[in-house]
Amino acid sequence: MKLRDLAHSRTGDKGNTSNISVIAYRAEDYARLEAAVTAERVRQHLGTLVQGEVMRYALPGLGALNFVLTRTLGGGVTRSLALDAHGKCLSSAILDLDI
Amino acid sequence: MKRVRLGTGAGYSGDRIEPAVELAEAGDIRYLVFECLAERTIALAQLAKRRDPSAGFDPLLADRMAAVLPACRRNGITIITNMGAANPHAAGAAVAAVARSLGLGPLRIAIVTGDDVTEIIRARQDLTIEETGAPVSSLSDNLVAANAYLGAEPIVRALKDGADVVVTGRVADPSLFLAPLVHEFGWAADDWTLMGKGTLVGHLMECAGQVSGGYFADPGYKDVPNLARLGFPIAEVAADGAVTITKVAGSGGLITGATCREQLLYEVHDPARYLTPDVAADFSGVSITEAGPDQVRVDGGGGAARPGSLKVSLGYSDGYIGEGQISYAGPGALSRARLARDIVAERLRIIGVPLRELRLDLIGVDAIHGPELSAAAPEPYEVRLRVAGRTHTLKDAERIGNEVEGLYTNGPAGGGGATKMAKEVIAVQSTLIPRDLVSPQIHMLEVQP
Repeated sequence: MKLRDLAHSRTGDKGNTSNISVIAYRAEDYARLEAAVTAERVRQHLGTLVQGEVMRYALPGLGALNFVLTRTLGGGVTRSLALDAHGKCLSSAILDLDI
Repeated sequence: MKRVRLGTGAGYSGDRIEPAVELAEAGDIRYLVFECLAERTIALAQLAKRRDPSAGFDPLLADRMAAVLPACRRNGITIITNMGAANPHAAGAAVAAVARSLGLGPLRIAIVTGDDVTEIIRARQDLTIEETGAPVSSLSDNLVAANAYLGAEPIVRALKDGADVVVTGRVADPSLFLAPLVHEFGWAADDWTLMGKGTLVGHLMECAGQVSGGYFADPGYKDVPNLARLGFPIAEVAADGAVTITKVAGSGGLITGATCREQLLYEVHDPARYLTPDVAADFSGVSITEAGPDQVRVDGGGGAARPGSLKVSLGYSDGYIGEGQISYAGPGALSRARLARDIVAERLRIIGVPLRELRLDLIGVDAIHGPELSAAAPEPYEVRLRVAGRTHTLKDAERIGNEVEGLYTNGPAGGGGATKMAKEVIAVQSTLIPRDLVSPQIHMLEVQP
């Protein structure tokens, strides 16, 4: 099963740091997400796209995880050479994780 | 309990205009807030103002005002916006001109200034750049502009002075929404719980359609009706800070627990410490409840004492970017695009373009997430080569696109649709300055009947 079947996601950017939310569609799936989608798993999946650290914040009341990825956006939207300079498509990469 | 209804008229500078008109006409709102100032927009606006002292504010300001002012005057709606960018005075004058031409006086326009701290930063070269740890002096002559993020306080003052329209430069986005709540409910500026709740309202609202079904649809997983007629959000806020997010009945889009959760975490790092000039807001205990169709109740925001310093965005000149693109299609598209990529990389070496950084992408293959994540994907029917490089001069930046365009006659077979561009880069970093160095001011502009 793909993460996309259990959760939805949105990416935000501040400077060179990206944040990616992972939000369970159903409250009962949150525990499974919390166990499976660790910071280390996210780092492995995104590979060299992440040049800094991956931190995870858990929000059980919202059924959500928030990942913060430093040094991930080529210097940030104001100077990045990337086509997706905001890194907005990163949420779709996360939803491709096998669960 | 007293309640106030706020609407969001724009979530970025180029946003749609009709949803704001719909809110002014049918939203039963008291305030209409336009958030139009992205991170680097203000530095670009400063450059525009240097070239033309009457420029440097949002290019769509007059169009937006002409569209919404009639209904706002008719329905007693106060407008709050950061469309002043680098030139709130000129923006205020532009609002006045629209009001006069439409015969909409009397109108009080409050102009909020004081966010431009460029001279203060030039005098404080010892301040540290947050992203690099280097002193501000390392930007030397490349510093274009420095703008501090103001909080809600000057807007509250403007509203108290009877403003019908408040035009600001750089203000923290949620503060644009917190200000009318503080004004209406008489909240104390050091009641951190209420400041946190009001900031939560602002954070949910600041990106306009992103909480009402925009940027959400994923067919088959998350379906959203009528996105071409997306309705912008309304926050109905009670005096205790509890909020219901809704929209005009019959408008497109969707407001559910899921749309609100996505927006709640958008651009948030530690949810327990979302820092603004007004408060260290705490979203970690928020609960979200669907109260009815397109009605979501959000409770449980909190906060702690505001930070001692203000964030300042430093716009600086960071060289140039040059880019070129060309497409290949049909059988062998991928191998011809790869050949084209290798040719351009070699050409840039042969002609000796001094590159600070180079990026070679195959759009449709690996341009967004790189070669690792896309390794197992099937071969696409069409591929577009994109070459982007960072240089010290505009001339060198232009040579990058020229080498891609040159593939028409010198590269692989069947290349088409070549484009090229070169631009100066104004990048943004940030620093922190003591609050007492920043003193926001209000200038009131009156349009007579």
